[in-house]
Amino acid sequence: MAILDFLKSNKNKEESTGPESNCDRGILLFENTGEVIQAETVLKQEGWTIRVMGPPPEVRQGCDLVIEFPLIEQLDILRILETAKLPPLRIVPVIGPLLQPVDIFHVKDFGEHLMVRAANMKLTIDKKTGVFVNISGGGCPDVPYLAASMVGRTITDAPSPRSIGHTLCGYALQLAYEEVKRRCSA
Amino acid sequence: MLCVAGTVPSDDFPLVGGVVSLDGGRLRIGKLNIDVNRGTPALLAAAVKACEALGLPAPFAYLVGDTGSGKGSHRLYAHLTETLAGVSFRTITFHYLQPIVHRHARLLSVLRNMDSRPRLIADAGYMYMAKMSGEASAYDLFTPDVGELAFLADEEAPHPFYTRGFILHEDNLVPDLIARAYQHRNAARYLLVKGKADYLADESGVLETVDSPVEEALEAIGGTGDTLTGLVSVFIEAGFDIRRAAVTAMRVNRLAGCYARPTPATQILEIINHIPRACRDAQVELPVTAEQQDNIA
Repeated sequence: MAILDFLKSNKNKEESTGPESNCDRGILLFENTGEVIQAETVLKQEGWTIRVMGPPPEVRQGCDLVIEFPLIEQLDILRILETAKLPPLRIVPVIGPLLQPVDIFHVKDFGEHLMVRAANMKLTIDKKTGVFVNISGGGCPDVPYLAASMVGRTITDAPSPRSIGHTLCGYALQLAYEEVKRRCSA
Repeated sequence: MLCVAGTVPSDDFPLVGGVVSLDGGRLRIGKLNIDVNRGTPALLAAAVKACEALGLPAPFAYLVGDTGSGKGSHRLYAHLTETLAGVSFRTITFHYLQPIVHRHARLLSVLRNMDSRPRLIADAGYMYMAKMSGEASAYDLFTPDVGELAFLADEEAPHPFYTRGFILHEDNLVPDLIARAYQHRNAARYLLVKGKADYLADESGVLETVDSPVEEALEAIGGTGDTLTGLVSVFIEAGFDIRRAAVTAMRVNRLAGCYARPTPATQILEIINHIPRACRDAQVELPVTAEQQDNIA
């Protein structure tokens, strides 16, 4: 299930942010955000119920994402990740609230072009040709790389930010990308 | 001399330091050429154009290749930490760097202990780092867009990706977000907020607003914030006080954008090419120094 679908399906659920409700959950810490994105893809393909979240302050290093998972499933999940050559650096029980990724989109229709903003990232597409014409915002080093790889290519042949991005800005661009795809296919 | 530290979107690009120039549409440092799309190359290209317009030396840059793994950023933080204490830049602008907590802490310690403290400007990933580490007040100027301002205003968010919805909401007014950022000590001495209207603020509130000319399409164009950061860096280096430098940069950036007759598909280099004309039309001139004033008298 895509992150966007996940965010939507969870919008109406009661938030489980208290320590008691989290006591059966753990988080997987990885070397970098690119590995988190790969691990998320592998685990979701295998059908696991996991969530990509922000790390608690005590393990925060910079541009971070973690994967929240049911602790009771630790051995099975570790086996899958080791098979995929994506072993986590550490596993930590969840004892406090985790940060939620952004789930608000701002949409601007310029007539021939449509711009979608997710957090600090803006993605603009030519509505008629389906060509990505601009990527704006963001501050992590993969943003210029993502722009160079995607701008000028169509929504069907451009790489997704998930497939080549490494950072939280890349992840935010993925959310904008999925919203653009949803709107263009509607 | 102005110094800019940032990244280039190529893993093969080595760590280099040197004076930059523009060769047609490409940035040049040493024997290396760099495409000007967005990010630090766009900031530097705008800065080179503004320096030419004012008759100033071109900026010095520390650049490294990084496509998001953070490896290049690690090397650049380490290099700056070793190097900056021994050089004398008056203005340093930190730009597209991966936020890395421990690397930033060491670099900031060096900056704090410099004999002559340079003006410190932070944008993009380095600004995220400065806020996340609780050290925003160590910097003279942040240059966020409105989305990044919401992140600065959210005392709990370590990255714009985690800005809480009630703060990110469009109904929130920029002056309120500025006040909240200062309330929680998550802003530099000055904030230059880029958007439909551009604002300069400090802890007392909004000092200046520039809202014309208006080109709606600029919001979609990658690099327009980078050029503004490049311009304000040059004007501060030129000797303008931060308030005047910010207003001048906002005007020049808006004029250059307007002259490009932009659509959402316009690329940033088309706007950068109009900076010399925008500087002329905004009547940007070097400030008269105290020494020059004495000579006149």
